[in-house]
Amino acid sequence: MAEEKRLMKGNEAIAEAAIRAGCSAYFGYPITPQNELTAYMAKHMLDKKRVFIQAESEVSAINMVYGAAAAGARTMTSSSSPGISLKQEGISYACGADLPCVVVNVARSGPGLGGISPGQADYFQSTRGGGHGDYFHIVLAPKSVQEAADLTYKAFELADQWRMPVMILADGLIGQMMEGVIFQPAIDPASLPRKPWATGHQADTHREINHISSIHLVPAELEASVRARFKRYDQIKAVESRYEEVNVDKAELIMVGYGTSARVALGAMELARKQGIEVGLFRPITLWPFPDKRLGELAAKGKRFLSVEMSMGQMIEDVKLAVNGKAEVSFYGRCGGMIPTEEEVLAEIRRILKK
Amino acid sequence: MELIYGHPKSLKPIQTKYCPGCGHGVIHRIIAEVIDEMGVQERSIITNPVGCSIWSDLYFDFDSVQPAHGRTPAASTGIKRMLPDHLVICYQGDGDLAAIGTAEIIHAANRGEKFTTIFVNNAIYGMTGGQMAPTTLIGQKATTAPYGRDPGEAGMGYPIQVCELLATLGGTKYLARGSVNNAANIRKTKQYIKKAFEAQLRGEGFTMVEVLSACPTNWGMQPVQAEEWLEGNMIPFYKLGEIKNTLAGSEGGTASSSTNGGAK
Amino acid sequence: MTEKTFMAGFGGQGIISLGQLWVYCGMKEGKEVTFFPFYGAEKRGGVARASVIVSDHEIASPLVTAPDSAVVMNMDSLPLCEEVLKEGGTLLINSSLVKVETRRKDAKVVKIPCNELAEQIGEVKIANMVMMGALSKVTGAVKLDKLEAVLKTFFPESKHKFIPMNLKAIEAGMAAVK
Ligand SMILES: Cc1ncc(C[n+]2csc(CCOP(=O)(O)OP(=O)(O)O)c2C)c(N)n1
Ligand code: SF4
Ligand SMILES: [Mg+2]
Repeated sequence: MAEEKRLMKGNEAIAEAAIRAGCSAYFGYPITPQNELTAYMAKHMLDKKRVFIQAESEVSAINMVYGAAAAGARTMTSSSSPGISLKQEGISYACGADLPCVVVNVARSGPGLGGISPGQADYFQSTRGGGHGDYFHIVLAPKSVQEAADLTYKAFELADQWRMPVMILADGLIGQMMEGVIFQPAIDPASLPRKPWATGHQADTHREINHISSIHLVPAELEASVRARFKRYDQIKAVESRYEEVNVDKAELIMVGYGTSARVALGAMELARKQGIEVGLFRPITLWPFPDKRLGELAAKGKRFLSVEMSMGQMIEDVKLAVNGKAEVSFYGRCGGMIPTEEEVLAEIRRILKK
Repeated sequence: MELIYGHPKSLKPIQTKYCPGCGHGVIHRIIAEVIDEMGVQERSIITNPVGCSIWSDLYFDFDSVQPAHGRTPAASTGIKRMLPDHLVICYQGDGDLAAIGTAEIIHAANRGEKFTTIFVNNAIYGMTGGQMAPTTLIGQKATTAPYGRDPGEAGMGYPIQVCELLATLGGTKYLARGSVNNAANIRKTKQYIKKAFEAQLRGEGFTMVEVLSACPTNWGMQPVQAEEWLEGNMIPFYKLGEIKNTLAGSEGGTASSSTNGGAK
Repeated sequence: MTEKTFMAGFGGQGIISLGQLWVYCGMKEGKEVTFFPFYGAEKRGGVARASVIVSDHEIASPLVTAPDSAVVMNMDSLPLCEEVLKEGGTLLINSSLVKVETRRKDAKVVKIPCNELAEQIGEVKIANMVMMGALSKVTGAVKLDKLEAVLKTFFPESKHKFIPMNLKAIEAGMAAVK
């Protein structure tokens, strides 16, 4: 039987879901607007005798994650934009060493220190491999507190399955708002299967020794290893891309938005319907892999698109790549911590459709 | 000339938005008074850190630079090397200096960078809402140490005595620890700051004044109670005084037992 | 039914707990809910604001931009609420602290002397609960029946002794709506 619905902040729901997903080591550093996540972990990891460390910096935290992942644990770190920038080096190393872990970005608005209000301007950094080198990792974008919890479980599964960091890209609104949430049952970390590639416990099986490393000084070897990883990326693209569609069949115009801006777009869609205008919403849930195939299909049906973002236009590049010149793509965005309103988006829809 | 009652020129005559009982405002004031006394307002530059005192640029009436969290000593290095005849003040909180910026402060101090760090130790992360700092006392509660700081089983480490830590570095010339919990300590702290600023302008080497300061909001106390807590808990552990003084013409050495290469 | 409410007051007036309890009760009555507090860098004082939605359907934007109702707990919040309230919406005004008339002639105005009523019950801090009673009576979005049982699950055991006082405040708020 499902558990009772609880009223929780997104930050706390992510933390609780991580604990239930069997996260046995969490490393963080304070930063607004994700502080409740770290505080929740402090309280509930410590009382379960799991590992919680407030690291001396984000750089340190991600490298603690690197170590815990190399030791075979389900492990996580969380931060917000400026701190995620600092973690990029570690994420690049984790990708290069094929280490599974979960990184949560409760994004705010930059560049620099910027502000602490919600933002979506970390899209490029998250989806393009924000550190150095040729790599990608899965990026999941929740739109609600419930989905933040659900995608957190999923993130740990995907990380282990594909041996890569999985990022949850939320924003300050998802982190700070409270909604009802029902959690899945808890997994005991001790019940999770041992990872044969991880370090430690060699004495149990007398297996061959394992090396966790990202170094390949012979170019041909490095190329082979990167190419092997890109084969895996192709498999991931084929099976893991996720999205939600609302009213796309009837729509003359399809808005594309993720996370908070998808919620705003949904509101604009309802307002438009009251005025007799049929628009739809295409919501990528995986930002990498981007659900480009389906968007391409919709473009081929002659739809037009409106990318709605809390940035100066980042995801729109993926939308344009997906439609590949087959459809017109417009943009509406706010930045600096401003959240677009349903009314503004509706006005943009009417302007585009000349209605 | 000593300004005692008047409002310092180097501080804008506006009310700060720090909480009641916060030490930052008092520390700003004594810095400004020293700058006025030295007549260097137009030659002063402050690097304001990421922390509650990020707002200090609203209050100080001279130039400021705001770097990334913890990188303040690196930025101050750049400024001071370009403008060696300026008074460069590297203002830092305990999270900024002793957690994320540990590498920067140690190496700036070790290189003997000729700026002055004002290190505000309030044993907590103020701006982000009360997380554990490297200077949080054992047993002290914080949002990320909900059961109290536990260096044992929870592995949260021990409170760091920054002056004593830096005293071992050859580049450090003057390290003092004051407090702004009462008038007598404020007066002494101001003297330390003046000594440090003067040494900086003489180009002697790295100077730092650590200042114990209350954060009633995140300690969950009333201002008066917070000053009492500081007196009864912080001062016994963070000893006040000149921890190291190897400035030219001074007798003092370092108060800590180990020192290397301090005297040339 | 979808009731979007904008709540505003000064820090310390319990805007956040008012919003949280409102949506908690809504959730317990089977509604979809969201509560979004505007968070800032300032620790003390200033304005406290929250976007609160209770609905029978999935909720689109959690950000309330044209509220059906606005809770005005202090003087400073009045212009803010007047600016955003939708055409013909309801202003619930804490008349203990807001002594002027609204310039929004289209609005339905409900005045509740929250502080006075709370003081009569014995604690000015529960003025927010008085307002919650009024909000329920005026909007009907959250019924607040079976409230005692719900409050017992909302508050930790150590705070249960305050439940009777909170109930009284909520009832007083309901009764104050004419
Ligand atoms: C890279 C990065 N990580 C984290 C933060 C969030 N942050 C802002 S202030 C602060 C610490 C403040 O504590 P402290 O330095 O002790 O200063 P105080 O506010 O106590 O004066 C942190 C962690 C940030 N801005 N940037
Ligand atoms: S939170 Fe603490 S350090 Fe920050 S202004 Fe308030 S009292 Fe000062
Ligand atoms: Mg501090």
